[in-house]
Amino acid sequence: MTDTVKSRIKELIAEQAMLEPDQISDEATPEELGIDSLGLVESIFAIEEEFDITIPFNANEPEKSEFDISTMGTIIAAVERLVAEKAA
Amino acid sequence: MSAKRTGKKKTEESRTVKSFDPLTPDGLRRVVITGAGTINALGHDVATTLEAFREARCGITQLDFRDVERLSIQIGAQIHDWRPESYFNRQQILLYDKFTQFTLLAAKQAVGQAGLNFQGKLGLRAGVVLGTAGGGLNTWDDNYRAVYEEGKNRVHPFVVPKLMNNAAASHVSMEFGLRGPSFTVATACASSNHAMGLAFQMIRSGAAQVMLTGGSEAMLCFGGVKAWEGLRVMSKDACRPFSANRNGMVQGEGAGVFVFEDYESAHTRGADILAEVVGFAMSSDAQDIVMPSAQGAERAISGALSDAGLNPEQIGYINAHGTGTAANDKTECAAVAHAFGHHADRLMISSTKSMHGHLIGGTGAVELLACIMALRDGVIAPTIGYQEPDPECALDVVPNEARDAQVDAVLSNAFAFGGLNAVIALRRV
Repeated sequence: MTDTVKSRIKELIAEQAMLEPDQISDEATPEELGIDSLGLVESIFAIEEEFDITIPFNANEPEKSEFDISTMGTIIAAVERLVAEKAA
Repeated sequence: MSAKRTGKKKTEESRTVKSFDPLTPDGLRRVVITGAGTINALGHDVATTLEAFREARCGITQLDFRDVERLSIQIGAQIHDWRPESYFNRQQILLYDKFTQFTLLAAKQAVGQAGLNFQGKLGLRAGVVLGTAGGGLNTWDDNYRAVYEEGKNRVHPFVVPKLMNNAAASHVSMEFGLRGPSFTVATACASSNHAMGLAFQMIRSGAAQVMLTGGSEAMLCFGGVKAWEGLRVMSKDACRPFSANRNGMVQGEGAGVFVFEDYESAHTRGADILAEVVGFAMSSDAQDIVMPSAQGAERAISGALSDAGLNPEQIGYINAHGTGTAANDKTECAAVAHAFGHHADRLMISSTKSMHGHLIGGTGAVELLACIMALRDGVIAPTIGYQEPDPECALDVVPNEARDAQVDAVLSNAFAFGGLNAVIALRRV
């Protein structure tokens, strides 16, 4: 399941960044992928819709959110956690 | 011949307007405010609202309306004790969305204070221009719910005349017999400032003698707040403009309406003049649909000063756009710092949205009351909720307590989503 979550997130981010999913590395930051603040909000919405979860994210204080958006890897880990919590 | 037409450089002396002179040094009509009215979360009239500004009172509370439990943002500056039946009859309530009700109440207060009667010739030279972003949003929300959620196939015949954005302006024109230019401006968070600026220009140019102007918003309903939630710029706990720990904006509701009048006619009839409107400028960022630009804001600020013939040093107070979002507040401070240079460290700038919330299309109108209070009463409304200094907002934001200070000229900023900026300059008469 985890691989599915990861690959689906990469597909969603790739669509936002206008790249191919295999160009999205775990280390990449949203900025490096060319995703601006509105793009990030849009990506988070797409992820919420895909997995039917609620992501705690406030664009005013992204660094303080419980949802770590610093890299693709941290985003994937946080979404996996939320998906697992939902399943539990 | 005016300096503008001759192209001669304006000297300081030529800009000085005598205590009563119907024209500006540029040969334009002067414009004054002779009436004000409001309803917002801080009060149902101007006196109560100004008292709340002086006492640094916060109007932000837990929201109370249908389905609020399904929102992740549940605070707002809501008018809780609103009873339309105290002001309107049954037929009027059926025809007036809440944003129209708020507008009519504020307009009646303003016209009452101005003491004007629009019967006869004056009505032909008078109009109304108002700002709103959402118009009859509660009407949309209620009727979508009826047809989509409840499966009804019939709606009330007044749905369209109730929800249209110009409903409030039209009802004001009908209420007072204003038969001149009337329309509604929708520029999101700058709607009221754009409306008031246009009203000012119409009187200054001689196109109208009196204009009712300002704006209103009634967006605090399930759909109205749900839409804002999507952007993730709303705070869940408080509006703390300029504070390092600010975490977003908080919506409000209500209206502000003013009587703008040709100075000569106001003076001749011995009207009590609240302030003079001396300048207005608009600019567009032409950049991003949500992220503000310091350059765009600065052009509107400098443009308003230049339109008013004021030096930056003459501005004592700015009512900030100050939404409490990370992006707006630092961008606005950068724009002010750049436009005013060293004087930025001497002027006061506060965001009253910390008290009455962000009234979106109506916000500039309620905020103009703080400008009038500064000029007339010598009291500067505070930025409340201020907790931690932010090096990116290093201006005198009048934190948490109102301050006594004499100021002669002020600005009111409004910077809308879509990059549309509108700044108004007022002066003490």
